[in-house]
Amino acid sequence: MIRLQSAPIVAAELLSAVAAGGDGAVALFLGTVRDENRGREVLYLEYQAYEEMARSEMERLAEVARGREGVSNVAIVHRTGRLEIGEVSVAVAVAAPHRAEAFETCRFVIDTLKRTVPIWKKEVFRGGEVWIEGAGETPRRDQS
Amino acid sequence: MRLDVRYFASLADTTGCAKESVELDAPADVAGLWSELVRRHPALARIAYRPLVACDQEYAEWDHGLDGVQEVAFLPPVSGG
Repeated sequence: MIRLQSAPIVAAELLSAVAAGGDGAVALFLGTVRDENRGREVLYLEYQAYEEMARSEMERLAEVARGREGVSNVAIVHRTGRLEIGEVSVAVAVAAPHRAEAFETCRFVIDTLKRTVPIWKKEVFRGGEVWIEGAGETPRRDQS
Repeated sequence: MRLDVRYFASLADTTGCAKESVELDAPADVAGLWSELVRRHPALARIAYRPLVACDQEYAEWDHGLDGVQEVAFLPPVSGG
């Protein structure tokens, strides 16, 4: 399951998407909207995606993750549009026979997603708004 | 050559548009296209970083040739998650 959606993320959908009888572990990561950033009181976030490319980058990332030793399945869902405080902006689920691979790959997926998938958030805070933009170099293809 | 150029996040605010069509007289690479875009949108010269580039939805370097490319996107450093 690889999705970019404006509707709320339902974590249970990712869990059932990756579930299989041969797995003894599912690691689930949820990224949520925080009410504070750099001393600013955050009111809400607006996510914008380069949709076609974000989807293909997420597909590619899932493919790399599924190819890792000891990993069975991966699901990634990211929100777009306006998100309120506490809402889930991104979800990653990784199923594996054993927990070590599930935890490690879940972390690999979210860390890589934050560097490579073309999505941006605009923070609307009390008194203004600002695009949050990472410190990025052009992502390389050779990571795994 | 005719190209669809797209801008995202703060770059779209800088240019005032998310998408435009650009006609180049001679074959060019990404850097050559950027020079033309800075001519159109002088505010682009003042951004504090070099944008990421995608040619037909694949990350590319600034010396990437545009022959056969349809869409070029300029991306601020990403901040999803």
